[in-house]
Amino acid sequence: MFSYYLQLGLRSLRRNPMLTALMVMAIGFGVAASMTTYSVFRATARDPIPQKSSVLFNTQLDAFGPENIEKGEPAGALTYKDATALFRAHKAKRQTIIYPVSVSVIPDDPARLPSREAAYAAGSDFFPMFDVPFIQGGGWTTDDDEKHASVAVITKSTNDKLFNGAPSVGRQINLDGRLFRITGVIEDWAPQPLFFDVWNTGGFDEGASVYIPFTRAVDLQMSTNGNNNCVAEPAEGWANYLQSECIWLSLWSELPTKADVDAYRDYVAGYAAEQQRAGRFRWAPNVRVRDVVDWLDAEHVVPPESQVSLVVSLGFLVICLVNTVGLLLAKFMRRAPEIGVRRALGASRRDIYAQFLIEAGTIGVAGGILGLLLTGLGVLGVGLVFPEEIARLATLDPVLILLTLVVAIVASVVAAFYPTWRAAQVQPAWQLKSN
Amino acid sequence: MLKMTHLAKVYRTEVVETYALRDFNIDVKEGEFVAVTGPSGSGKTTFLTIAGLLETFTGGHYHLDGVEVSQLDDNARSRIRNEKIGFIFQAFNLIPDLNVFDNVEVPLRYRGMKAAERKQRIMDALERVGLASRAKHYPAELSGGQQQRVAIARALAGSPRLLLADEPTGNLDTQMARGVMELLEEIHREGATIVMVTHDPELAARAQRNVHVIDGQVVDLAEEPRFHAHAHVANS
Repeated sequence: MFSYYLQLGLRSLRRNPMLTALMVMAIGFGVAASMTTYSVFRATARDPIPQKSSVLFNTQLDAFGPENIEKGEPAGALTYKDATALFRAHKAKRQTIIYPVSVSVIPDDPARLPSREAAYAAGSDFFPMFDVPFIQGGGWTTDDDEKHASVAVITKSTNDKLFNGAPSVGRQINLDGRLFRITGVIEDWAPQPLFFDVWNTGGFDEGASVYIPFTRAVDLQMSTNGNNNCVAEPAEGWANYLQSECIWLSLWSELPTKADVDAYRDYVAGYAAEQQRAGRFRWAPNVRVRDVVDWLDAEHVVPPESQVSLVVSLGFLVICLVNTVGLLLAKFMRRAPEIGVRRALGASRRDIYAQFLIEAGTIGVAGGILGLLLTGLGVLGVGLVFPEEIARLATLDPVLILLTLVVAIVASVVAAFYPTWRAAQVQPAWQLKSN
Repeated sequence: MLKMTHLAKVYRTEVVETYALRDFNIDVKEGEFVAVTGPSGSGKTTFLTIAGLLETFTGGHYHLDGVEVSQLDDNARSRIRNEKIGFIFQAFNLIPDLNVFDNVEVPLRYRGMKAAERKQRIMDALERVGLASRAKHYPAELSGGQQQRVAIARALAGSPRLLLADEPTGNLDTQMARGVMELLEEIHREGATIVMVTHDPELAARAQRNVHVIDGQVVDLAEEPRFHAHAHVANS
C-alpha cells in the first residue's frame, strides 16, 4: 500500500500546483533557515575531542583576587609561578603547559623567504594527551623537556613547504635563527573549537605550524603571542616577568578516573590555600578543574549570536509549519468527498491516516530538496553574519544533507497530524448524502 | 442477508432529539432485489448508510450476513464494507483525479489483492458494463450514464454479496436510466442481493419487493393509499 499511497501523494502534488508550491516553499524556507544556523551552531558547539574530552581537564586558579575577576570566576590562564608549580608536582597521569608563540621559519634555501608562523610551546605530554595524529616520527620525550632540548614537531603543510613532503624526522628546522631537530610530522591538526587555547583564540583558530618544548621556549625568552593579563605592571626583564602575577599560560591535565579528578582538585585547592597562608593570595582558594566540555561551556565558546539565530530560525520553522498545517487542512478537507468514497469502499481510518501522512511526506521531500538548495546558499552566506573563522566551519556535509531531508519530512508529517486527523474524522455518510 | 430489528437512529443536539429511524424492521433475503421507497426525509437514505456500515445506529439490532455489526470496530466495519458490500450512489462519486481503471481499482487496493488479479477483475468489471475501452479515460470525459456504469463496475469488481444503490438513476436521463436499470436487473439475475433506494415508482416496480418508509419506519403499503395510487408498486 505504501507505493499506492506514494502514487496518490505525487498525483496530489500536481493537483493544486499553487497550494503545493506554497507548502513546499514554507517547508523549504523554514528548514533552510534552521539548518543554516544549525550548521554554524553544530560547528561551534561540538565536542572537539569526544574520545577523551571527559578525561582532559583545564586548571583555573585565581591569582588576581575577587575584586579583579568577574562573577567570582577565575581567569582562564595561569601565572608562570602557578603553572610550573602545579606541573612539577606531577599530580596527573599527563600534564602540559601551553602558550602560543610566533616564530620565523627560515628555509635552508637562501632563495626562499622566511615566513612568520604560529607555534605552540608545550610539554611532551601534549601529543599523547590530545591524540595528535602523527604521519612521521613522534613527539619529543620527557627527557627533551627536562634538558630544554631544541626539538620540534611540524605540521604536514610546513613539511611540504620546507622539505617538499619528504621524510624530515631527524632533520633541522631553523626557527628565529636557531636550529631545532624535528622529531615528528603531524597532520594539519586544529580541532575546532581549539579547546586547549581558548584563552588566546576564543576557541576558533587555524592552529599552529610548529610545536616546540615549553622549557626551551622559556629559555629563549619567547614571549606569548596571545593574551597576557597582569594585575600589576611587572618589573623589567624576563626573570621578573616569570615571577610576576601576569597570567598567560594554560595548564591541561589528563585524569582518567573520578578519584584522580577529586585528588587533583584537592591538590590545586591545597596549593591555593598554601599561597594564601604564605600571604601571596589575600583571598580564599578559588580554583576550577573543568573537563573539555565544561571548559568550553564556561568560556562561552559558542557565540551568543549562533545560539540566538538558531532559536530564531527554529521559531521561523515553527511559523512555517503552522502555515503548512493551515494549507494542508485546506487541501485535505477539500477532498472530503474523496475521503467519503474511499471510506465507503473499504478504507479504514488507519488507511486514511496512512494515505494523507504519506502525502504530507511527499510534500516534505519536495520541501527538503528546496530546503537543501537554500541551505547550500545559506551556508555560503554564513560569512555575512559570522566572523570568518567561524563561517569557514559551517559546511554542507552528508550529515547535514541527510538531516535537512529528514527534518523536512518529519516536520511535514508532524504538520499533517491535525489535518490528517480531521480527514480521518470525515463522516462518509454525510459526504455521500451531500453529493 | 440483511436483517434489522427495532433499529433506531437518533440525532441528538442539546435541545432536541430527532429520530431518523424508529423501530425500523426489515429482512432482506439472500438474492432478493428490494426497492426502498418513501418521501424525502423519510429516512430511507439513513437506512441505506446504516445498512452499508457508513453510519452507526442508536438502538436495536442489525445482522449482516449473520454477523451482529453493532459491536464491530472501525477496522472490522471497513473490512466488511470492502469485502461484502458494493455501493452505487446517485452522484456516481467517482474520484475525479483517477481514471476509470484506477477508480474501479480503489476497493481492490484496500483488499490487498495482487496486481495481476486486480487488473483481471477490473477489466472483467469494465467489460461487464461495456466500458473496457474507456479504462484510461477520466470521469469528466464520460457521460453521466457512463460514469454510473463505471461506479457499478467499481461496486462489482470486488464481487460483493450485497449491492446498495442510492437513487442510482437519479442523475440520469430516461434512456441512460433504463440502461443502468437493465444492468442492475442482470446483476440480480446472476445472484446478487440488491437493496435500492429510489423515489421513482417505475424503477421501484421493477424490483422484486418494495419496502416503504415513512417517518423513519417501514409501513404497510395498504395503509398508504396516496403512494399506492401513484406508484404502481408491485408487491410480492
